[in-house]
This record gives sequence, structure tokens and C-alpha cells, in this order.
Amino acid sequence: MKRPACNPAEHSHHRRAFLQSTLGGTALTASGLGGVLMGRSAIADQIKGNRRQVLNVFLHGGVSQLETWDPKPNTDTGGPFRAIPTSVPGTHICELLPHTAKQMHRLSLVRSLNTHNSDHARGVVEMTTGHKRIPGTDYPHLGAVAAKALTPDAFTLPGHILVRQTAGKRNVESEHHKAAWLGARYASMAIYDAKPPKIGDEKALAPDADQSRNAFRQRVNERFARGRRTADTEAYNFSFEQAQGLVEQRDVFDITKESKADQARYGTSQFGTHCLLARRLLENGIPYVQVNHADYDTHHENFNFHIEQLGEFDLPFATLISDLADRGLLDHTLICVMSEFGRTPKVNVRYGRDHWGTAWSVAFGGCGIQPGAVVGKTNANGTEVTDRQVDHGNVFNTILEAVGVDPGGEFDIGGRQFPIADPSKSSISELLV
Amino acid sequence: MNDAATIKAAPEKTALALEHKHERPLTACHWNPQSRFIFFGAEDNLVHRLDLTNRTAISLAAHDSWVRSFASSPDGATLYSGGYDGRLGFWPATDEKPQPIRMVTAHEGWLRAIAVSHDGKHVATCGNDRLVRLWDAKDGTAVREFKGHTSHVYNIAFTQDGSSIVSCDHKGMVIAWSVATGEKRDVASVDALHEYDTTFRADIGGARGIAVHRNGAQVALGGITNVTNAFAGVGEVAIALVNLADGKVERVLQSKGKKKGCIWGVAHHEDGFWIGLSGGGGGWLMFWKGDTDHEFHSLQLKNDGRGMSLSPDRTQLAVAHGDNHLRTYTLYEKA
Repeated sequence: MKRPACNPAEHSHHRRAFLQSTLGGTALTASGLGGVLMGRSAIADQIKGNRRQVLNVFLHGGVSQLETWDPKPNTDTGGPFRAIPTSVPGTHICELLPHTAKQMHRLSLVRSLNTHNSDHARGVVEMTTGHKRIPGTDYPHLGAVAAKALTPDAFTLPGHILVRQTAGKRNVESEHHKAAWLGARYASMAIYDAKPPKIGDEKALAPDADQSRNAFRQRVNERFARGRRTADTEAYNFSFEQAQGLVEQRDVFDITKESKADQARYGTSQFGTHCLLARRLLENGIPYVQVNHADYDTHHENFNFHIEQLGEFDLPFATLISDLADRGLLDHTLICVMSEFGRTPKVNVRYGRDHWGTAWSVAFGGCGIQPGAVVGKTNANGTEVTDRQVDHGNVFNTILEAVGVDPGGEFDIGGRQFPIADPSKSSISELLV
Repeated sequence: MNDAATIKAAPEKTALALEHKHERPLTACHWNPQSRFIFFGAEDNLVHRLDLTNRTAISLAAHDSWVRSFASSPDGATLYSGGYDGRLGFWPATDEKPQPIRMVTAHEGWLRAIAVSHDGKHVATCGNDRLVRLWDAKDGTAVREFKGHTSHVYNIAFTQDGSSIVSCDHKGMVIAWSVATGEKRDVASVDALHEYDTTFRADIGGARGIAVHRNGAQVALGGITNVTNAFAGVGEVAIALVNLADGKVERVLQSKGKKKGCIWGVAHHEDGFWIGLSGGGGGWLMFWKGDTDHEFHSLQLKNDGRGMSLSPDRTQLAVAHGDNHLRTYTLYEKA
């Protein structure tokens, strides 16, 4: 008989989930599908306490640090925009973020990233895994690590959700975030264009038939898995359990359930609806939510396009930060606003800025983060880091440590130890509470 | 200077005449009606004045962002400057060391273009607040505000008879506004000058250059067309000729070989041809008769163009370049 390909703790967790599913299945005959899952109020009670969550806002294409967090007005590289004061005395950001400026006492900046990279794909991988990209090697995405570390045992919703727009032809966004050795159950579930996930064809299959089908699937799975359980079969089972959870709790993904007033506050842009959805997901305890906003790859007319894109970003993002604070969610939710890199200080002949990983910025906030801090510095025209240089690994570790995960720790996967993060990197300690 | 009355333009003979090096890339230029000065803006928040008599330049500070537009009173005594700080500057153009007469906050966000009425009484401006505004040229007071555009207003011009202001926005919408009453007349929606890039989810377009035909019938709107990648600026130069009476796009002037980039300057020459300046795909001066789609002559420049101004005697062009240079070009054959 083969040994299960998972560690005892994981095994027991899965068995609990399995038993829960089976018991729920028994209850189906009496109470329908609602018996399978814990109600929302039960989940809310359960995730109180040590609840920690992460919201990562990823500005795809490479947002300009000079048009956001590290303006250099009236320098040879500064561009046409001015710096404006913020709610933190002495801290200025670009005038394109007037609403965010009023939330800066809840946020912090790291202005000294040097990631030694100007390639989109590599930048996305390195910023979201904390590791230098090595061809042929996959590292778990930040969302997968967070989901693995922060998802409560009985949580029936996905632990790792990506909110994004439908992919374009040349879009560099990944369709899904990889979980690598953590197993497929920690990979992202993507929600496109703020539309609730479609689980099967409801019209084609009556609830009774669906329940019978699931019961049959479970029996077959159980027989197949007996003696040869692997991480893949666990993930396979989990995906069905999770699908049932999604069906039951689909309202979690439906922003039309939010008040009209709140929908108006977040605006009609797609990013606005995505921010409102992010709030809803975080309120419902999703451990890791990533909202992508694209596109910032402005080789041409950087300034016009940053007016357009940041004009879409600013108000919904600031509204989200304010709401998370007002609702007490910021106490246990870490915020990060990152990109794959920044943009060149030099303005090209097309009024564009090109790829630049040498001196750029990331914003943080919320759980575990010193509010209102500014860490690191670039020189007068932003061409190099002059103080406290950090990179993707430091950012990754900082995010984890801020939510109480020891980045120097290890995951036990199938009896093998895997480092949670790059052990050669440290957290940005000045940023941590 | 040459005697314009005796010189017929010969675009095919266009040649570089003067180069003035500046410390930063230029953003705009304007030839003062008194001919002696060329004003230019750069990526440095200053107004610069080049004196053609001694080829020296002075810098004038007042704006708090890049200066991207200029115009003059008909007599050349007053210079108007428009900045991305949203302000309209009034300057004594010919003073030895000009100080601003006044700085008017004209728009919320960028002020993108300025036009002066032919009688010199009014100054019109447009900007990112989607407004066209009219100012008293004497004292800078607001005369009228024109609302109706739904995106950033990129450029404006007075019609030949001075009764209307024509404006074009980011999405290629062209509107004529009555100076006297403020009445709005939708002229055209120029699809050739607007694209929504579905990949990058952003609009690109607008009239980067504007000029009214000397007969008053057409307005020429220069920009970028056939965009395949907005964020890399992959598109072709184009000038749309719009009939001001019926709004019909009578022709879209393009270039042989589909030159890449954007039109940043347009002028109509009294000898009967259109001039276009391009940048973003290399700098070109292009000349069209207007009766065919393609130019009859083009001249490759040393660097991308960002702004263009015809000399008062119509014999030369000033071009603001992205390589830190102001250059002038003669439009006739040198003796």
C-alpha cells in the first residue's frame, strides 16, 4: 500500500474537509446543498482572532514611480507633473494621486527598489515570488504562499483570488498564479471583469442531478484514492469541494449586492468595481486578494496615459483604503501596491518612459506596517538609489512577516521541507511595526 | 529676412537654416509676428526667447510645469504662454527682460492650446478639464466658457472670419463654438484620429496640430491614425481635412510609405499647400497639395519634431525638436 503523499497535518486537514463534505452530502437529502457548508456568519466568527489577509494591487506594465510615489518635479527627468502634499507632513506624492494623498497616513512607501530587471515577464515573476527567476523552476506565487499560510482549516472559499480584466492580445498578465510545490489548491482563482465565477451550467443540470453526480464522483474518487492519495488527487477533490462552496456562497462575488451608494462611491470604471469586489472578498475573509490594473507600459506618451490610468486608479483605491480602515479590516489586512518594475527617469522622444528596474517604488499599508513611513531614497533626479536599497526578495519577505508568517520558515510538503521565502533575503525591518 | 512678396515658396527646396541647442528637449515653439524672436518651451517649466538678431536666448520663469503652447497678439507685442500647470501667461514679448504681466489660472489640469482672435481682442484656451475658455486679451478676464467636450480638449483655432472657435478633443470630436453667443455646433467626429486600444484599455488620439485653410473652408487636424499599439506609439501620421460647413472629412492626408508617428504641427501656406511636422517615428516635414492623399514632398529631419511655427513672412519654419534643439528651415531655394 502506498503511503499518502502528504504530511500528517495536511492529511488530517484534508480528512476533515473530506468528512465535512461527506457529512454535508448526507445532509443533502434533508436540507439540500445548504447543509454542505458552514454559513457565512459561522465563517466570520471563525476567521476572527488571528485573521490575517493580504491585498496586493498589481499595476501591470510598470507604473512610473515619478508619476506616483517618488516625484521629482522640475528636474531633467521629472516630467510635467507637480508634487502634492499628503496627509503625512513632509511626504509628497505626484499630483495625479490627489485622493490617495489623503490616505497616506495609512500607507507607507519604499522608494529604493533596485530589482536589476527591465523585462516584464521576469519582473512579474520576481516581484510575486520573491525569487530570482530561474528558467525551468517555478516558485509559488505570493498569493499561494499567503493562502497556504493564512487560510483557516474550515474555510470553504478559495484562499487566493485574482481579480482582473479579460486578457488582451498582448497582455503580459498571467492568467493564473502558480502555486508550484504548494499544490494546485493554492493556485489563484481568477475573477474576470468583476463577474461572479460560473460554476457549471445551472440550467442544464437540476440540483438533484448535480447532487447525485457529486455523490457518485466522491465514491469513485474515494475508491481511486485509497492507497494512492497524492497532492494532485487532493487538489482534484478540493476543487470540487471548493466549487460547491462557490455555488453556495456566490453572493460573496456579486458586487450588485453592495449598496447603490457604495457602487457610486467606487465609480463606474472597471477598476472601481474591482476595488469594491476586493473589499467584499476581504470582508468575507479571503486570505489573499490581488487586483490587477493595466496597463502602464507607456513607452509613448507616458504622461497622457498616466493621467488616464492613474485617473482611474486614484479614487477607487483611496476609497478602498478608507473603507478598509473604517471597517476595521486594515488592522489585519496588509496592502501592497506593486508593479513588475518602474519607468525610466529619462523621457524619450515620444514623451514616453521605458522599462526601469534600477530605482523605483512600492507602497505598503495596513497590517504590520508602520503607517506614514518612507523608507529609502533616490537621488535628485531619480536615476539611482542612494539609501536603503532593497529588491523583490525583501518586499516579498516583508509582506509575509507583516502578516505574521515567518519568511525564514519552511513548509512541509509531502514530508519535504520547502522554504517559505528566499532565505537569503531579509524583511525591510524599518517598515514593520 | 527675405522679402516675402518676392519669394515663392519651394517646399522641395526646404533646407536647414539655423540650429539652437538647449539644455533639455523642446516641447513647443512660436515665431513672434515681429519676426525677431522665436519663443520655445522645453521640459524645464520655462519660456525661452531666442533673439534671431544675435542668436542668444533668455529664459523666463513663471510657469510651474512644462510650457506646451504659445500665441501672440497680432502686433506681436504680447506673448501668451500655456502651461501644463493650467495657467495662461501674458508677457511683454519684446521687453529686454520680460516679466509676466499676469498669470491666469485658466484650466484645471493641463492647458493644451491657445489661439488668438484675428482682431486680437480675445484669447481662447482649451485643456484637460474638457473646457474651451475665452479671455479678454487686454485684462485677462474670463469672457465665456464653452462646455460640451467629453474628453480632454487637445487643440483650438479661430475660424477665418473670427466668428467661431473650432476645437478638437482626445476622441476626435470637433465642435464649433460661436464667439458671440457660445452656441455649440457639433461639426464632426473624426474617427481617423482616435483609437481605443482594447489591449491596453486606453484611448489615443486627438488633434496635436491644427490649422484653418486660408479660404476658411477647411480645418486641418493633425494626429496619429491606424494605431496598432497605443503604448508604443505604433501608428501612422495623418491630417484630417474637415469641411467646416458640413462636417465632412474631405480627405485624410497620409504619407507615402506610411510614416510612423504623430503629426505635431500643421500649417496652411498661402501658396496653396499644407505643411505637417511629425515626431514619434523620426522627424519629418511633409507637404501636401490637399487634392491627393499623399504628400508631394517630404524631408527627413535630424530628430523627432514636437512643435512647429511658420515665420510671419511665410518663408521659414521653426521646429521644436526632442533632441534639445530648435531648428529653422527655409521654404525656398537659396540664391
